[in-house]
Amino acid sequence: MSGYNFAYLDEGTKRMIRRALLKAVAVPGFQVPFGSREMPLPYGWGTGGIQVTAAVIGPDDTLKVIDQGADDTTNAVSIRRFFARVAPGLRTTESTAEATVIQTRHRIPETPLREGQVMVYQVPQPEPLFRLEPRRAETRRLHALADYGLMQVKLYEDIARHGRVASSYDHPVMVGERYLMSPSPIPSFDNPKMHMSPALQLFGAGRERRLYAVPPYTAVRSLDFEDHPFVPLRANGRCTLCGSGESYLDEVVTDDRGGRMFVCSDTDYCGTRQAAMKEAAE
Amino acid sequence: MTGLLPGFADPVVDAQSTFRAVLEAMARPGRVHRLSAPPAAPAPLSPAAGAVLLALADGETPLWLNAGADATEWARFHAGCPVVADAGEAEFVLAIGAPPALSALQVGTDEDPHRSATLILQVQALEEGAGWRLTGPGIEREHRLRVAGAPEGFLAQWAANRALSPRGVDIILCAGDRVAALPRGTMIEEG
Amino acid sequence: MYVAVKGGETAIANAHAWLDEARRGDPSVPELTTDQVAGQLTLAVDRAMSEGSLYDPGLGALAVKQARGDGIEAAFLLRAYRTTLPRFAASLPVDTGAMAVRRRVSATYKDLPGGQVLGPTFDYTHRLLDFALAAEGYAPARSEEAEPGEDAAFPRVTGLLAGEGLMAPEVASDEEPADVTRTPTTYPATRALRLQRLARGDEGFLLGMAYSTQRGYGNSHPFVGELRQGSVAVSIVPEELGFPIEIGEIEVTECEMVNQFKGSRSEPPQFTRGYGLTFGRLERRAMSMALVDRALRAEELGEDATAPAQNEEFVLNHSDNIEATGFLEHLKLPHYVDFQSELESVRAMRAQVEAERAAAPQAFKEAAE
Repeated sequence: MSGYNFAYLDEGTKRMIRRALLKAVAVPGFQVPFGSREMPLPYGWGTGGIQVTAAVIGPDDTLKVIDQGADDTTNAVSIRRFFARVAPGLRTTESTAEATVIQTRHRIPETPLREGQVMVYQVPQPEPLFRLEPRRAETRRLHALADYGLMQVKLYEDIARHGRVASSYDHPVMVGERYLMSPSPIPSFDNPKMHMSPALQLFGAGRERRLYAVPPYTAVRSLDFEDHPFVPLRANGRCTLCGSGESYLDEVVTDDRGGRMFVCSDTDYCGTRQAAMKEAAE
Repeated sequence: MTGLLPGFADPVVDAQSTFRAVLEAMARPGRVHRLSAPPAAPAPLSPAAGAVLLALADGETPLWLNAGADATEWARFHAGCPVVADAGEAEFVLAIGAPPALSALQVGTDEDPHRSATLILQVQALEEGAGWRLTGPGIEREHRLRVAGAPEGFLAQWAANRALSPRGVDIILCAGDRVAALPRGTMIEEG
Repeated sequence: MYVAVKGGETAIANAHAWLDEARRGDPSVPELTTDQVAGQLTLAVDRAMSEGSLYDPGLGALAVKQARGDGIEAAFLLRAYRTTLPRFAASLPVDTGAMAVRRRVSATYKDLPGGQVLGPTFDYTHRLLDFALAAEGYAPARSEEAEPGEDAAFPRVTGLLAGEGLMAPEVASDEEPADVTRTPTTYPATRALRLQRLARGDEGFLLGMAYSTQRGYGNSHPFVGELRQGSVAVSIVPEELGFPIEIGEIEVTECEMVNQFKGSRSEPPQFTRGYGLTFGRLERRAMSMALVDRALRAEELGEDATAPAQNEEFVLNHSDNIEATGFLEHLKLPHYVDFQSELESVRAMRAQVEAERAAAPQAFKEAAE
């Protein structure tokens, strides 16, 4: 697409985002306000992630974009196509292992991440306390004081009422035992992958104008109680396509008489396993 | 004017690769990265310090520096940053030799810990694998970093800076074409 | 054998081709030109320009056409274009006192210097569908109302009140206002920032908020001190010249609401101002903005701030329709991973309840009785 700078954003905007990202890395889990720009995609559709990716990638990078774990969902396709248009030279891939930058919505890949990889999370709501305290001027104060009593009380009430913590996605985490952070709406199944990850994890919330980060090898603890430890949930089943009993599964309804099956949400993981099975069979 | 030295050869690509090296350095404190295409900055500024400055500073970031008239003019021209006389007002502090005391720089507030200065500190040499023992976020067990030419009394100042966490100054170390970083949360012990 | 659904590039391309076709409509009907949109659907263009924060009637018309007449989509197109434009200069404040007025009404005085000028208005029209407009070759009525001359003077109503000491003075400041398009808003915000955000806020939201203040949610006794519409000159001071030059004219609507203020310990009873300014001829918008501006001054004026319209963070954070519509519409995106985790969680909770019931059927029965 001619007439636009590499990766769409102008250099001044990139510098502003880059400076904010460095501070975000230096203060793990703290939400850094940034001058989020209006993007040609709607707010809520990944504008924060796109701005972070645009500030980070160069022509030597290999970009993977997933939504719900899949490379072929419409919004993932749309965002990948956007970068292919505005970042000449950039390679795109569906392979987790090959990617140097992975932009994601709602999942962390099953294939373990490695050093040198950057995860970019699209974040709809960076404030983990927003359902408990909607005033951002107030939540800012609570973060300054590391006062997370509200969240503890909420989780405790969940347990009293339901016998368990009721949040199944976007389950809040403590980063470096200092800041309470939203992991973005990933299923709690993925939360443990954030802990001591070898990859750098960056988070962008465009509409709410916040960036944050978890450096590699940083403690990320899902909030829980000693007598009610955090338990990541997955459907009790195996993937119909690749047979995995460990991956996070999507439930697919096959008829209107209660018929259903499970398949991996991570399409690259599932495809790689299927290819390996086919090769082994030959 | 004795002919101003040029900035980045390719401003878009070189700024990106420099930033990426600094981001990796900040994310993995103590790891040393070589910059691929730093500019030939005016002496005594190292190519690395010059690259970091051009990649990150601009008209929105007040700069304090003690690298002499040529470097100041170069920074003004290529980065367009306002140069301030008081290091306590600067967002970027570029120091060669003795830097201002860390405690004299902006450290942010409890609500805005990100509003703190970044010190670009030029030293003589950076070497991984020996020297200081670094622990903290970004480090699996420990990283070793040898810094030749660190300012006197640096470790004591750093310990005081770290005690302010999550407030505090972050440092980007530069030597030749190499960079490493010390975010405020890194613990340093003598090697 | 199950084959996973592929979203795919082809599906997206096909959908967009279909959109293109649907936008054009029946090809036997002549296509709309952007000149027609700019000239005949002026208020739609004005609204797109206001909420898009970009004054360019030609681009506004293109946006309205491309958006199939959807106001928010049109404003979004303009905003996304606007961010890519280089910034050459910041204009001097426009002087609405020197406006070339086409319409000017005051509700506070029967007559006043410059007079009441109705101008082109919907006011006092009977809202009867005009079937003559549906016929081809419609000839518009000829206006008998004379445009006020270039030299006509329209002193401000608020100025007349201020002359008597009855109008609370505004605090003048030469401080460079922050730019809402570049910096995230933190609270409490300055009035300059508030007005910027209101100026690009959703008209429906502003109207609803303003209306709520009239119905008792927030203590408000507003009068339209003055509503004026017309064109103003925009000037900049180029660095190399050092003196202002005019770069063009824009059409704007300004509303100054006059509100009674009972006074406080430090201030005598007087009138206070709510201010609205918008691109184009959007009176409803300018009036709504002025009411909301005044409501948001509650704290500054020592009033109780209890109503939604007086809650700065609430009003400003929810006024932007580009942000709001994006986030609302993102609910259309796949959420099946989150939903799956909810399914598992609800199933697990139900299983636990059922297990408890099975273990102690008697207790449940007794509790039920």
